[in-house]
Amino acid sequence: MSKIKWGFYIFLIPVLLWLFLLIVFPHIDLFVNSFRSQNNLGDSIWSLANYKAFFSDSVYWYTFVRTAVYSILVTFLTFIVTFPVAFYITKVVSVKFSGFLALLLLMPFWVGELVSVYGWMILLRESGIINFFLLKMGIIDTPLKMLYNDISMIIGLVYMSMLFMIVPIMSSLEGMDDSLIEAASDLGASKFTIIRKIVIPHAAPGIVSGSIVVFMLVLGDYLTPDLLGGKNALWFTEQIYNEFIASFNWNEGAAFGFLLLALSTSIIWLALKITNQSFEKAVS
Amino acid sequence: MKKLAISSVAIATLLAGSLYAGNGTLRILTWKGYTPKALVQAFEKKTGIKVKITYSNNEEMIAKLRATRGGGFDLAQPSQDRISSVQKKFKIYQAIDYSKIKTAQLIPSMLKAVKKNTLVDGKSYAVPFAYGTSGLIVNKKFASGAKDYTALFNPAYKGKISYRLKRPTLIAVAFALGYDPFAAYSNKAKYIKIMKAVEKKLIAEKPLVDNYWANGDSLLSMLRSGEVVVAMGWDGGGWKLHKENPNIDFVAPKSGALGWIDTFAIPAKSKNVKAAYQWINFIMNAKNAAYFTNKSGYGTASKGATKFLKKEIKGNFERSFSKADIDNINWYPPVPAGLESIEGKVLDHIRAAN
Repeated sequence: MSKIKWGFYIFLIPVLLWLFLLIVFPHIDLFVNSFRSQNNLGDSIWSLANYKAFFSDSVYWYTFVRTAVYSILVTFLTFIVTFPVAFYITKVVSVKFSGFLALLLLMPFWVGELVSVYGWMILLRESGIINFFLLKMGIIDTPLKMLYNDISMIIGLVYMSMLFMIVPIMSSLEGMDDSLIEAASDLGASKFTIIRKIVIPHAAPGIVSGSIVVFMLVLGDYLTPDLLGGKNALWFTEQIYNEFIASFNWNEGAAFGFLLLALSTSIIWLALKITNQSFEKAVS
Repeated sequence: MKKLAISSVAIATLLAGSLYAGNGTLRILTWKGYTPKALVQAFEKKTGIKVKITYSNNEEMIAKLRATRGGGFDLAQPSQDRISSVQKKFKIYQAIDYSKIKTAQLIPSMLKAVKKNTLVDGKSYAVPFAYGTSGLIVNKKFASGAKDYTALFNPAYKGKISYRLKRPTLIAVAFALGYDPFAAYSNKAKYIKIMKAVEKKLIAEKPLVDNYWANGDSLLSMLRSGEVVVAMGWDGGGWKLHKENPNIDFVAPKSGALGWIDTFAIPAKSKNVKAAYQWINFIMNAKNAAYFTNKSGYGTASKGATKFLKKEIKGNFERSFSKADIDNINWYPPVPAGLESIEGKVLDHIRAAN
């Protein structure tokens, strides 16, 4: 009996250390810091000034809402792009090839986010590959400006999030019985009806968990908005970075961090309520 | 149970300690291009000390050292104007023992200026390393008329303009608008007023900008490809491009190029102070310093280096700076505490504006 307990503790301790030293304590420290600020004499005092600053300056609000809206949009677009692919790989193509196709999906992730983003920059820039071919073929006379705007940023974000949407959808589609689709089409249901009434409800847990992961990743991304986004593309994470690094105001940065946490949590909670899904089902 | 917890923590710290121990290694926090590979290898061979390099910029250097209270690195290279107020507030550096520096290798006036500007409570905290200026990098084929920062607001170059959203840009634009931001350093109310004017100007001219560049390499590639023809940037970068394409060159703006001096400073919890001094003395040796300047284009604070410089490097300076331009350089005075948060807000507003 006691032996089993020892083994249990030996494995538990690293987990607890990890959890408390690297996650819980830093969060508590940041949370405490977010309620401290400096008075006119330069002394550190308790105050709500950091949160007040967020609500009083419209710039912060604007970035906050912008980040949330774009994150939702990117999550939705990722779903639109990946759902047919997931369906194709799990249901249409033969089992022999589905493994290979899934592997192909993984490939961009072997080089990492930064390299992928630079790849997109090479493609899209004025002296880049797409412009080069368009000019050669005589379709355009002057290079198009495709980089550094909201669209290039969204392309990059969707590209980076695809895998995290496709894998959970595939795993939930795999559990679906094909005969359901056959039965429905035998009974005269249209393709649209089949997708709406049978496929989507079946894939729902996968879609929900994929959406949660993608939404969180996009909302917390820093690199892609910074490199591909245009001169107006200020992401809220960049604002947090600026508070910490450029302004030396760690307290304000901590407050912004917690506001972001509150934002993401409440949007996910709201989305689950609206779509009538449960969090437990999605993550299981 | 408790014993196990303690011993596992002890093991964890031991492991972490052995990975990051400063024994025989020198961890330098510096800018890209400041530690040429050949010099690092020569130093390692000569002393047997292993050199580990982390690239950064002024803001990140301060943030990193502040987070560790001056630990994690043995030597840092902040700009001379960003040391004294940071040191007063966060105590992240230790005072320099100038008896351990071969001061005969250094340009006396520059050493004196850096000592004076980094003075905190009677002690100085830095040794000069390199200097240079920020001004305009211009592609003269398309923008021969660009002579001052105001060229960044010239509609003729619409969509082919780039600058950095960082404090040097704010300072430069303030000078271009006729203010003297350095004189207002000590007067917060006045400084806020100037920054508000700069903010208004930069927001108004935002439609002309192609993008705000984030690192030196990306700026150079945009200038190289012709996507950008007028940019604010560092002289070394402009001269580097001049070598590849004679149309592109660094131009000292009429309202004054901004002069910076980057330094060596030793973090408070440096684990290998001896190696740090060794590195400073090694790299400021005239020949090594000349190698650095020949490679990067930035000026060095080493006294004897001039005679080892390539002709084209000397030519760069003479081509871009007339006598009047040199007198016109605005050297950064030490930044007093509190300005960063004013500038941070201004930069946020510009970035988010439509």
